[in-house]
Amino acid sequence: MAEAQPKPRELPYVAAITEGVRTVMQEQPDAFVAGEDVAEAGGVYGYYNGILNEFGPDRVFDTPISEEGIVGLGVGAAATGCRPIIDVMFMDFMGECMDEIANQLAKMRYMFGGRATLPVTILSMAGAGASLAAQHSQSLEAWICHLPGLKVVMACTPYDAKGLIISAARDDNPVIVVLNKMSLALMGPVPEESYTVPIGEANVVRSGSNYTIISFGRMVHEALAAATQLEKLGIDAEVIDLRSLQPLDSDAIVASVKKTHRAMIVHEAVRFGGFGGEVTAQIQELAFDYLDAPVARVGAPFSPVPFSPVLEATYVPNADRIVAEAKRQLGL
Amino acid sequence: MSSEITDDILLDIHRRMVRIRTFEERAGKMMEDGKIPGALHLYVGQEAIASGVMVHLSNEDYITSTHRGHGHLIAKGGEFTYMFAELYGKATGYCKGKGGSMHISNLELGMLGANGIVGGGPPIAMGAAFSCKFRKTSNVSISFFGDGASNEGAFHEAANMAALYKLPCVFICENNGYGEYTPQANHQAIVDVADRAPGYGMPGVVVDGMDPIAVYEAAGEAIARAREGGGPTLLECKTYRYYDHVGVRGMGLSYRTDEEVEQWQLKDPIVNFEARLAEQGLLSPEAAQAVHDEAQQEVDTGIEFAETSPNPDPAAVTEDVYA
Repeated sequence: MAEAQPKPRELPYVAAITEGVRTVMQEQPDAFVAGEDVAEAGGVYGYYNGILNEFGPDRVFDTPISEEGIVGLGVGAAATGCRPIIDVMFMDFMGECMDEIANQLAKMRYMFGGRATLPVTILSMAGAGASLAAQHSQSLEAWICHLPGLKVVMACTPYDAKGLIISAARDDNPVIVVLNKMSLALMGPVPEESYTVPIGEANVVRSGSNYTIISFGRMVHEALAAATQLEKLGIDAEVIDLRSLQPLDSDAIVASVKKTHRAMIVHEAVRFGGFGGEVTAQIQELAFDYLDAPVARVGAPFSPVPFSPVLEATYVPNADRIVAEAKRQLGL
Repeated sequence: MSSEITDDILLDIHRRMVRIRTFEERAGKMMEDGKIPGALHLYVGQEAIASGVMVHLSNEDYITSTHRGHGHLIAKGGEFTYMFAELYGKATGYCKGKGGSMHISNLELGMLGANGIVGGGPPIAMGAAFSCKFRKTSNVSISFFGDGASNEGAFHEAANMAALYKLPCVFICENNGYGEYTPQANHQAIVDVADRAPGYGMPGVVVDGMDPIAVYEAAGEAIARAREGGGPTLLECKTYRYYDHVGVRGMGLSYRTDEEVEQWQLKDPIVNFEARLAEQGLLSPEAAQAVHDEAQQEVDTGIEFAETSPNPDPAAVTEDVYA
């Protein structure tokens, strides 16, 4: 009689981030962690807890509240042989360092004719739902996906958080890992050993036959909940977690749409001008003849993230809104 | 470290200044003739600074530059062939024609790029200085920037962090009196940018940026302090650009007078330095001429190389975006 398989170890998302960072620091002697309150405080969400103690103040250090300086430190250090892990505490703060991200980090290699290598990993926290209002809740991935030279990934599970951080740090390009503050307590299996989640490969998290929901970040979980509801309407939805927005796994999207003939893109960011527009355009360029309905898009309304829990609940997309949009799209 | 200046160093500084001037004069002409596309920001008038600083550095020491960056690369050892090829947008340029004047760079020489963003360089120089310290080298990182950039938040953040971490970094402000077309008095309420240094907890020094020896000595002290773990310095060099913010001739703007330009030209770093070296018996007029001729020959060779070099393959447009 076969022995029962041991239950895989589960960790919360926040601890998976820590383990990803720790693994990188163990594997790469040229790696260091710099950011606001990352050392003594262990990060405002605690995901650098223990990193200072394990690796010491030369490799883990607090910075002034100076986002442009912090990212610039990463650019200059990476161009001269280090592999920095740079923490931009909230993605909303990218406005403070956007010159370093957009004009220096993203472009240096190209401007220098391929003669610079910038292995910078930026970790940053996105997402609404904690009543942190308009300047601490945004999902601004569309800003950075528009910048050639950057890679952009978003982790929705503990497994992906650890694996994507390790992949990002091993990559010789600048990679921005967008994390989600509402997922910090989410439990999931995380192998203890080092492993990677490939950058540029989408993950089919639920297979289905006649509908495709494409999503990323925390909205993947809402898409999965919506898929369960849609079953009752006779819709067998496939759910794709893009994981990597840049590079984008267009093949995975197209393969699914060719099978299911109907598609929706769901993200937490403002719908207008959001990443969903790119996905929609690509589907129509690459699989137009396979579509039985226009591609639907679900995202936040065209307003800043509100403070009041009541308003915020209205603002952030969820499973019910995904189902409602699918019904509208399909005339159900 | 003693900044004792040897005859060889004096002649080295002279040669670097002449190379910059000769390159820039021809680059400006080629831009006016329509041979070089885009915009050039010429370093003519400011040669003493790059030359007086760079003689202290090796290829393992880093610099970041500005939009007015040719002089820094030349003084750091840039070759005219690859520089002109880059300015022409040719495949053989330092950046394969993808950067041009405003992004010209050579990492092997420790030159981390001219920069089209005013204030773009100081944070990167600070990061390179961190890297020197992190990797336990005795190398330094120099940030060249202008009076205009001293008003950017990026400079403030970089200066604060360099001082906080005692990084081997030297901030060299080339104060040429204008942020683009706006005179200094209209863009900041201070006369000496170096006055800001105590606010960061670092020494601030002002020198005559038209005098290569003054620059050499002050830079030597700052660089030695940085190498020895004493942290950064803000060194302000008062200087002047002879030509316009962009290109050679002005846009017909009356933001400065001919008299002002002429007054500064009386302090010309090369003319005055040659007179000084002649007085000391170090450089005869013939020997000085030979340096100019050699630079001219190098320029001619560089132009020939650029003009006969192939354009980039159009297919290369999307290459080098990612490693």
